[in-house]
Amino acid sequence: MQIALFIIFGLLAVAGALNLLFQRHPINSALSLVVVMMSLAVLYWSLGAEFLAAAQVIVYAGAIMVLFVFVVMLLNAGEEERTHGSKIAYIAGMPGAAAIFCLLTFVFLSNKTALGVTQLGGYLSNATSNIRDLSHVLFTSLLLPFEVTSILILIAILGAVVLARKEL
Amino acid sequence: MSHLTSFQIFLLISILKIAVVLVITLAAVAYTVLLERKVLGRMQNRWGPSRVGPFGLLQPLADGIKLFLKEDMMPLAVERPLFVIAPIIALSCALISIAVVPFGARTYVHGVDITQIADLNIGLLVILGITSIGVYGIALSGWSSNNKYSLFGSLRAAAQVVSYELALGLSLVGVVMRAQSLRLRDIVDSQGAHGMISWNIFGGLQIVAFFIYLMAAYAETNRSPFDLPEAESELVAGYHTEYSSMKFAMFFMAEYANMITVACVATLMFFGGASSPFGHIFDRFGAGIVAHAAFSIFWFVFKIFAFILLYIWVRATLPRFRYDQLMGFGWKFLLPIAMVNILATALALAYHPHG
Repeated sequence: MQIALFIIFGLLAVAGALNLLFQRHPINSALSLVVVMMSLAVLYWSLGAEFLAAAQVIVYAGAIMVLFVFVVMLLNAGEEERTHGSKIAYIAGMPGAAAIFCLLTFVFLSNKTALGVTQLGGYLSNATSNIRDLSHVLFTSLLLPFEVTSILILIAILGAVVLARKEL
Repeated sequence: MSHLTSFQIFLLISILKIAVVLVITLAAVAYTVLLERKVLGRMQNRWGPSRVGPFGLLQPLADGIKLFLKEDMMPLAVERPLFVIAPIIALSCALISIAVVPFGARTYVHGVDITQIADLNIGLLVILGITSIGVYGIALSGWSSNNKYSLFGSLRAAAQVVSYELALGLSLVGVVMRAQSLRLRDIVDSQGAHGMISWNIFGGLQIVAFFIYLMAAYAETNRSPFDLPEAESELVAGYHTEYSSMKFAMFFMAEYANMITVACVATLMFFGGASSPFGHIFDRFGAGIVAHAAFSIFWFVFKIFAFILLYIWVRATLPRFRYDQLMGFGWKFLLPIAMVNILATALALAYHPHG
């Protein structure tokens, strides 16, 4: 059952990502990205990270991608043209992607013991609640990065307000 | 049922639960429309629908047949796949979130809780997440219609829903802090001790949060007085101008299903869910398991009904907001008050951990 979930949503994520690249209309690409994010949320959930899954759906699929779609709609961006692109991308693209993939696989496999393993779908049947643990870590040992991130976001909001003011 | 394994029993009961809840929700949607038309009619000193069946009770059936038999127009310049998929997104998102709502006291049949489809430990976040996905239905319908009024309607709706989602989510944080859980069952249980006085709106002192939630929820469901996306005097019919037949009906049903979901969440978060307002005083009259379940479901339905009446009453009473007023109200008034409410609740909980 869990394996079936993993296969379905893993394939959906890959298909969505490919569709994102091959679609010529920006709004279709944006929607494919939404599909990728939702599938990733399901995968997170099946690995026991239910809060991460919910945050993925609410923040990425529900807020950020809505703004993407919103902007595409507002600008009424048309279909993009197929161009040949640069030579370097043609020559180095595929081997580069393969090299990064190999490197990541190597790192993950060689550090398997240090990273630890999780049981696929082991948390779906007996519900765990990791929100308490998450918030405990966030407000004790990771308090400084958390606050720094908050201040960063605050600065971004203020910057947006200042930029919008200039237009008025 | 002894020859079935526990998984098979679980599967059968789950399918049964889903079917029953779906049918009841769709019937409730149909009759909410009738209720709205009747009550609006009475409030405006006229009869409302009264021809089909006794007191017009078969009107939803007639409306359904009419919409089903209408020609399904597809304008030429629409973006075809998105135009078709948008009402499906809207309706399915509106219906999915009902799945995590506990609509009665825990009642176990063969070890499966029959008064809730899925008991998730992040039930509240699931509802919020699905609501935020529902924006796509509206946004895509307006854009794919290739009509300026539709586009304006959907831009307004998307901006409004995204803005008010913040106030909505923040207003619920106080309740979550009191219950110390995001599971809807735990939130209901945290208010079930002494009947009405331990509900979050009274005993939990979340009355400010409740009013923030109420206003944000009206905006979330695009209902009056925040129904700018469908302001008929400016935008024809907003994002569903180009839709006809069952596609229009799907948007219509989605709107009313969203109303019911919002009423469910308000009931669960602030009014003790399926718990009786009299606490355990009358428990001895409903001693059996069936009576216990029936009473709890009765109270839940009663509270939902009260909320829907409030919706209709507000629609009959208040005029529509202007767009800049709407945005200013959400960002400059509701959001800061929701944050102050979180701070106050956190301080109160820190000083009286069990208060």
